[in-house]
Amino acid sequence: MDVERTALPGIGLQHVFTTAKGRRIGAISHRDGRRDLLVYDRVDPDTCVLTVPLTVEEANALAELLGSARIVERLTELHRQVEGLVSSQIPIAAGSPYDGRTLGDAQIRTRTGASIVAVVRDGNVVASPRPDFGFQARDIVVVVGTAEGTAAAGDVLATG
Amino acid sequence: MTGQLIELGAIILALGLLGAVSVRFSISPIPLYLLAGLAFGSGGILPLTTSEEFVSLGAEVGVILLLFTLGLEYTPDELVATLRTSAPVGLADLALNAAPGAIAAILLGWGPVAAVALAGVTCVTSSGITAKVIGDLGWLGNRETPAVLSVLVFEDLAMAAYLPILTALLAGAGLLGGTLTLLIAAGTISVILFVALRHGTIVERFVASPSQEVLLLKVLGLTVLVAGLAQQLQVSAAVGAFLVGIAVSGPLAHDARQLIAPLRDLFAAVFFVFFGLHTDPTELPPVVGIAALLAVAGILTKSATGWLAARRAGVAATGRLRAGTALVPRGEFNIVIAGLAVTAGGDSRLGPLAAAYVLILAVAGPLLARAAEPFAHAVRMRRSTAGS
Repeated sequence: MDVERTALPGIGLQHVFTTAKGRRIGAISHRDGRRDLLVYDRVDPDTCVLTVPLTVEEANALAELLGSARIVERLTELHRQVEGLVSSQIPIAAGSPYDGRTLGDAQIRTRTGASIVAVVRDGNVVASPRPDFGFQARDIVVVVGTAEGTAAAGDVLATG
Repeated sequence: MTGQLIELGAIILALGLLGAVSVRFSISPIPLYLLAGLAFGSGGILPLTTSEEFVSLGAEVGVILLLFTLGLEYTPDELVATLRTSAPVGLADLALNAAPGAIAAILLGWGPVAAVALAGVTCVTSSGITAKVIGDLGWLGNRETPAVLSVLVFEDLAMAAYLPILTALLAGAGLLGGTLTLLIAAGTISVILFVALRHGTIVERFVASPSQEVLLLKVLGLTVLVAGLAQQLQVSAAVGAFLVGIAVSGPLAHDARQLIAPLRDLFAAVFFVFFGLHTDPTELPPVVGIAALLAVAGILTKSATGWLAARRAGVAATGRLRAGTALVPRGEFNIVIAGLAVTAGGDSRLGPLAAAYVLILAVAGPLLARAAEPFAHAVRMRRSTAGS
């Protein structure tokens, strides 16, 4: 895959490439951190038919979606493939007894049989968190197990 | 004193209302500001009496800030890279677009100095309006856009060489005196460019401050001071400010641009009014015909430039047409050049001619750009039906 890099004087940098299916897409990195998502015409490779301006956060979110956050997507797939296995995303509420305590303290696997496979914090995915991982309010805990196991894990994280 | 405040407030409020109109219709405010200046000026419908002094100083600061923020847009590396890669197209652009102005001035019998000034007036594309057109029409990602931006950068660089020459010529310096002034100018520019390119960090370290207030005052003070010194050395204040802008780059340039932008908007608007003030509207009708002819020539020559630049970048016909129309708008710097010429005692018809020329092309340019793609489409359709 060849990524063409072009300087835009006074604006920033432009990166464009052609996908396997023949579509040209790219991005402009403005000097102040903004990004423009570019989609080119099917027939005329000179003409950009769609420009989506993105703020820094939006660009990061999009990169996450296209990159590491695919772990959640893969889990959902796994869930579909294996009969009887459920993955569930449990938020840590502000009043949760585990806000500020570690993953090891919750003893989820021992108490419910379900496993914590990832934690999503501020849009970033922490895959396979270790027992000393500290929970914070607004974390989203991804749990895999049986339907009963994941429901029990939800209760544990909400009420202790 | 109270009269001054009333007039000043009225001018700025009027500019604000005109600015609102330009935002509403998504057009450049420059032609509206010029018209306002014409209305306020001598022979206009609302002649100003007391606030001329402030407007005149404000106009000078406006030119300095326009050029300073222009310099901020580019890093020294970008300028060097553009010089290396785009010199052929850039030189073609200068030759094609300076010619109509120079020829017109000579045919009108205005003399060689006016020819140099008018060449500058017809040549420079308004980077402000063009950037807005490219953004508004979603052309930023198009393949011809880097070529268009390079032409703009090249023109801005050329202006750094052109303005001191014009200043020296306008000062009526003889051959010896003129050569001396040009040598001083070249020396000054080389020193500032050398500091900017090799020791830009020194300037940045001097200016940088965590306090926005301190940063604003330092940046503004340094810019106006260097501009004043450049003027003292006959180099033209505008070029001094442009070079300071180039010397400041990186995150500091970003902060400086945000801080200076509101001031620039205010003083640049004052500058356009000032120019309008010094242009007698009754002198407009005799030059409108010439301005229209020059505008038609300017549209054709800029389209040729854009076509060449885009073709060199390997872009097909539609993109070449877009590049050409994007370069058509003229605006702030054409007026800056005409303003220099008029205040230095050049031919007084130069002012109204430049005003009419910019009024036409600042409005026609963005309209042409909007028409470029439908036009290219129509031509393609006609060709395909003619072919079948």
